[in-house]
Amino acid sequence: MTDEKWKPKIIAIICNWCSYAGADLAGGARIQYPPDVRAIRVMCSGRVDPLFIMKAFQDGADGMLISGCHFGDCHYLEGNYKCAKRMFLVKTLLKNIGLDDRRLRMTFVSASEGAKWGEVMEDVVKTVTELGPSPIKKYER
Amino acid sequence: MAETKEEPRIGVFICHCGTNIAGSLSIEEVKNYAETLDGVVVADEYQYMCSTPGQTKIIDAIKEHNLNGVVVAACSPRLHEPTFRTATEEGGLNKFRFEMANIREQNAWVHMHDWEGATIKAKDTVRMAVAKCRMLEDLQPKSVPVEHAALVLGAGVGGMQAALDLASAGIKTYLVEKLPTVGGRMSQLDKTFPTLDCSQCILTPKMVDVGRHPNIELRTYTEVEKVEGYIGNFTVTLRKKARGVLDPIEAEALGYVGGGCNGCGDCSEVCPVIKPNPFEMGMAPRKAIYIYHPQVMPLLYTIDFDSCVKCGLCVDACGPEKKAIDLDAVDTFEEIKVGTCILAIGYDYIPIEEKREWGYKQFDNVITGLEFERLICASGPTTGHLIRPSDGQTPKKVGFVLCAGSRDNTGGVNKPYCSRFCCMYCLKHAHQIMEKIPGAIPYLFYMDIRAFGKMYEEFYYRVQNEGAKFIRGRVANILEDPTTKNLTIYAEDTLLGRPVAMEMDMVVLAAAVQPKADAEKIRQMFGVSKSQDGWLLEAHPKLNPCGTTTAGIYLAGCCQGPKDVPDTVAQAEGAASAASIPIHSGEVQLEPYFAQCNDELCAGCGMCINLCPYGALDLIEKNGRTVMEVTEAKCKGCGTCGGFCPGGAITMQHFTSPQICAQIDAFLLKGEDY
Repeated sequence: MTDEKWKPKIIAIICNWCSYAGADLAGGARIQYPPDVRAIRVMCSGRVDPLFIMKAFQDGADGMLISGCHFGDCHYLEGNYKCAKRMFLVKTLLKNIGLDDRRLRMTFVSASEGAKWGEVMEDVVKTVTELGPSPIKKYER
Repeated sequence: MAETKEEPRIGVFICHCGTNIAGSLSIEEVKNYAETLDGVVVADEYQYMCSTPGQTKIIDAIKEHNLNGVVVAACSPRLHEPTFRTATEEGGLNKFRFEMANIREQNAWVHMHDWEGATIKAKDTVRMAVAKCRMLEDLQPKSVPVEHAALVLGAGVGGMQAALDLASAGIKTYLVEKLPTVGGRMSQLDKTFPTLDCSQCILTPKMVDVGRHPNIELRTYTEVEKVEGYIGNFTVTLRKKARGVLDPIEAEALGYVGGGCNGCGDCSEVCPVIKPNPFEMGMAPRKAIYIYHPQVMPLLYTIDFDSCVKCGLCVDACGPEKKAIDLDAVDTFEEIKVGTCILAIGYDYIPIEEKREWGYKQFDNVITGLEFERLICASGPTTGHLIRPSDGQTPKKVGFVLCAGSRDNTGGVNKPYCSRFCCMYCLKHAHQIMEKIPGAIPYLFYMDIRAFGKMYEEFYYRVQNEGAKFIRGRVANILEDPTTKNLTIYAEDTLLGRPVAMEMDMVVLAAAVQPKADAEKIRQMFGVSKSQDGWLLEAHPKLNPCGTTTAGIYLAGCCQGPKDVPDTVAQAEGAASAASIPIHSGEVQLEPYFAQCNDELCAGCGMCINLCPYGALDLIEKNGRTVMEVTEAKCKGCGTCGGFCPGGAITMQHFTSPQICAQIDAFLLKGEDY
């Protein structure tokens, strides 16, 4: 299972105004990073229902990234605060079901931080790769 | 999960974008793969999907295959979603039946050396987009009327130009300025490069114009307190700071007909409090009741209540007819409604004294460029005689330190960017010294002379030919001779490749500029992002340099990045034009990403009410139950309520939970390798 070719499956749910724009900027600047993350665009990180995260891990995601605007920068004033608050809850939930909570990550990347998006991608893929395949997936198999 | 009533019939269109996409992943493989996906009836590829033939392919395919959903795999939806939505609509579908798969910015361009990885990612992205597309529903954009008024924040040359343009286009424009007068930085300048026009002479006509334009509502000594609403319908609360002086209109409203301040200055003469005048960079005094300079607009005195001792002498001097002074004045608030806003809040200088090695504020004869402007200005504290602050002597050798804090990656107060106008104002200063002081020599220590504008390079040659000395190299430090107060500049001459030490009578630092101290507060109020260096972020650096990511908010001048006067005025006119479009069209269409409540699922718990930052949600009684109701005009579609609703009763249109779960499932459960 953990052979060299194993690649993690990571889902990123990212906000339209900051992180998605930052990711686009990384593209424009041709910042290279590993291709293991699939992004889902929402208007605001406040949209992220804990259900989405549990659903993804239930489906066998190895890692999950939620990314929004910096505090104070939210396009919708405070959606990112509300999202960040929920992350504490979800991280506790993950630990309770026996998942390493490092598999879930929240970051704040602004529309001008293309380079930071690249770093986040590198770091998330590295962290999840080190953690190995999700035990949930193993159990299902 | 909600199923779409009809059988999905989706067309997938993959763009090569020349070699932008096709050079990093296999279009052929992605296309063949897309054809196998459930619900996809046609897959096609084309060189440039956004071109007319590309769009025609989509339109024709919708008709030919009776599609009910369109997926385009190409660039970012932030770029071309509107284009393809229009094409979808032209094909006869509701434009929200379109979904975009970003395989360029977030794939081909960032995985240029991983053909296989990029191709797999593109397949996944397309599969996820198709999964969402299967569940898309018809939506109708909401049209809202636009308030026939605009707000311009900041009355420097940019703000004034924007306000004049808007007002001349027939729009009621509120021009709000924090200081007691309009004019901004440009009114502090002596001459403007490269034409050597007197700055005040070309600016005051504009200042007078904004004062008397019938469509401009001038609000000086006023700050923005709160911003609510959205494009077309902003409600802005203004704080009119206590000025302590009534203008004739205010006086008349209080019954003092013919009263109010007429700018005579009798009050200032008797005022016993003396403070440095910030307009003169602290080099001249002002009273506690003051005007900055004779050309202020409006010509109204202002009381600085921080230093006023309330002795009442000014009240007596003003007299019982005018009754202009009110020592008990308090801040007042005003609520205005505007359709669009322009931010023109300008810039500040870095605290250059923190660069201890250059000795500003330690050595008397080290001054900044702006202090030089006031010293050389005929209306300045020395009536235009350039003197050394230490002894009042005329300097003969003047050193200029260019890039003082600009283009410097070493951190601290230093800035990595070019402040753009310092090279040119230093050249202008050099010219002025040689013009005004016979035999004086300016020495310019520079990294590069950036004479980028029209007739700028020619001006550079002129100053060279007039005898200014140029030394290419950064200044390491400056030391003062304690007896003569002369300064020695230590630098490296990088052209000769040797260190130099030169004694100067005076040194001028071309300090770097930085965003205004209150820019952070203002941009958060208006919902504008910032660039990495703190300047306000434009919607697109090339194609939308005046807009921001918040619809209805526009930028002009240095708040977006350092600019000289011509560029500021040009951007202000651009911003005014952009800001007038929604106002003149009378209505704007809002994307219908509203929250919807399913009454059957809603338990009426009210958790969502507190989450909504816009107060768009309310609990109502309906058929004997308490349920939530959405006011669509207030809902901006963030989805924070939908992300929390414990009962799953809230549907976020176009970003529904089933749609997002379908994307998650599509990636994790339906991939080729699972």
